[in-house]
Amino acid sequence: MNENLFASFITPMILGLPLVTLIVLFPSLLFPTSNRLVNNRFVTLQQWMLQLVSKQMMSIHNPKGQTWTLMLMSLILFIGSTNLLGLLPHSFTPTTQLSMNLGMAIPLWAGAVITGFRNKTKTSLAHFLPQGTPTPLIPMLVIIETISLFIQPMALAVRLTANITAGHLLIHLIGGATLALMSISATTALITFIILILLTILEFAVAMIQAYVFTLLVSLYLHDNT
Amino acid sequence: MDSQTGELLSWILTQDFAPKGTAGAFQEYDNKYVNVKKGSLAGLSTVLAAYKLFNYCHSYKEFKHKWPRKYH
Repeated sequence: MNENLFASFITPMILGLPLVTLIVLFPSLLFPTSNRLVNNRFVTLQQWMLQLVSKQMMSIHNPKGQTWTLMLMSLILFIGSTNLLGLLPHSFTPTTQLSMNLGMAIPLWAGAVITGFRNKTKTSLAHFLPQGTPTPLIPMLVIIETISLFIQPMALAVRLTANITAGHLLIHLIGGATLALMSISATTALITFIILILLTILEFAVAMIQAYVFTLLVSLYLHDNT
Repeated sequence: MDSQTGELLSWILTQDFAPKGTAGAFQEYDNKYVNVKKGSLAGLSTVLAAYKLFNYCHSYKEFKHKWPRKYH
């Protein structure tokens, strides 16, 4: 049972060739680009949604922070579409792999921190000490703030991985339980209902993206613009 | 038979399997079903269904023995 449970998280290979590359590239097919002024419904809908999200997210930044718009918008699109595609049966979700999430989290966080250090050194260093701390507590607080700074990329990556993986595992388990209980009905209806609710909640994997980009955004905001 | 095989071979060779060619194939599908003025959900969901089918075929071996049957 254990081996079967985690079988869906194995990196898919076909005859020794990485199929995972194609799977990672697949969501880009779903976002067509168009250079027209008036597009078809599909592209219009996507552009509208993207405009909504970018306005809501990037309005709090000054012009220097707004140069990150393209990066953050592609990030939210990629994570959102990858997570949603992973809800299809038997599909592989690249964001369940910690390696990939670390690869996304660490460079972005490091870019934000280094930008802050380079352009506003004093302000960035001042973040390590909140205002109004009593003097005896200062050394300990600096240590704590340093640790909390360095844990940010780990938290970003592990948060995304754990949420998506846990959701997929729960779906597998509860689906299996439903199948097993079908011969003993009357509990079946209840469990199927729980599956439905869980799946809907998991559809808020999109909320995961929101959490991811928003957290990243907050970090960028603090380091760069304050 | 020979001429048919020869034609088949030359037909396959005309199909461009380079990335540029496959992108052309995607664009054909795109222009016919997605990129139209009043494109609907059907164009997108066909792609998703094809993706689902692909994943199903790829993981067929793993759940072949999980089918509900009396003796495993």
